[in-house]
Amino acid sequence: MPTPRVKMPATAAKGEIFEVKTTIDHDMESGQRKDKDGKPIPRKIINKFTVTYNGKQVFWSEWASAVSANPYCSFFLTATESGTVEMQWHDDDGQVYATSQKITVA
Amino acid sequence: MRKTLMAATLAAVAAGLAVQAQADPPFDPKDPKMAPFIAGAKRSGYTFAEPETRAMQDDDFTNPGFLWVEDGKKMWSKAEGKAGKACQDCHGDAEKSMKGVGTVYPRFDPHAGMLLTLEQKINQCRTERMGAAEFKFDSKPYNAIATYVKHQSFGMPIAVQTDGPVAPYFDMGRRLYYERRGMSDIACKHCHEDLAGMHMRTELLSQGMPNGFPQYRLKWQTLGSAQKRIRGCFDEVRAEPYPVDSLENTVLELYATWRANGLRVESPAVRK
Repeated sequence: MPTPRVKMPATAAKGEIFEVKTTIDHDMESGQRKDKDGKPIPRKIINKFTVTYNGKQVFWSEWASAVSANPYCSFFLTATESGTVEMQWHDDDGQVYATSQKITVA
Repeated sequence: MRKTLMAATLAAVAAGLAVQAQADPPFDPKDPKMAPFIAGAKRSGYTFAEPETRAMQDDDFTNPGFLWVEDGKKMWSKAEGKAGKACQDCHGDAEKSMKGVGTVYPRFDPHAGMLLTLEQKINQCRTERMGAAEFKFDSKPYNAIATYVKHQSFGMPIAVQTDGPVAPYFDMGRRLYYERRGMSDIACKHCHEDLAGMHMRTELLSQGMPNGFPQYRLKWQTLGSAQKRIRGCFDEVRAEPYPVDSLENTVLELYATWRANGLRVESPAVRK
């Protein structure tokens, strides 16, 4: 089970723009490789990354097979209200890896 | 006319040289930022890396090697095997008990009566003390626990011993380091001693200092051990790699690590 890691501030001033850094350990098997017997290794990548802020989608990104293993993604959000930023990584096999962090807006 | 042409040619040659020189990552031995990565004439692979790669290593968050450190930390306290013990039950707090351990391997293990790498020592602990199965070479847990243990020595100088019972291993390691092998008919020393800092085709040759292992290699898209890297080196010079954990590969790791004595542990380092 991949472990997501997130780095973002715990507090922010209202209207402040803050950076969220994320990474997750994942092989991102591209589907282009072959195993020892010459059979293609099926593609298994995280194909979508979505972010919600208090339930409202604020960022999303579609990933393809050229994205490296252990993908790193950072983005900026505007602090509007206290609450939860939730991140979801959608795997090809249907699994969703999720994590969330709280932010207090003063 | 002729003079102008010649001047133009010379200018072009000079420009070409300048471009080539610029292609190398910047390195100034007097730069205080480089101080932790130099010991006398010894230079860590960090100083040969591109600035982007250095930046990745510098930030614990962007350094993918820390995914393994975190995994290893969880494994440290997790009981496994017939004895129902975790690493923590014997060794306590890793941050205290494992501090410095990563600087002395490979070392002679009196219990086993032979030279062991850190990874081999961990596997010995698992089979003999925990009653658990060995970790498979290059598997996720194999690399994770070794990286976690080695990381506890972060910033400490490498200090492997070469005397006493290690001496015969060390001599063998030195012999192999200078032995020509494979289709390219070259030895470790040709690239990493004689030609370090120069290019093999597009590749900038480092001094081959293993102070950052286990390390994350962008080429591998994953983290790996010194044993794996040494095998990769042999592949690159078209020689048949020695088997994993063979005596040859282990004494080479010892010799290469001894060369890095004095350089600080960077595990998990990030390299190209």
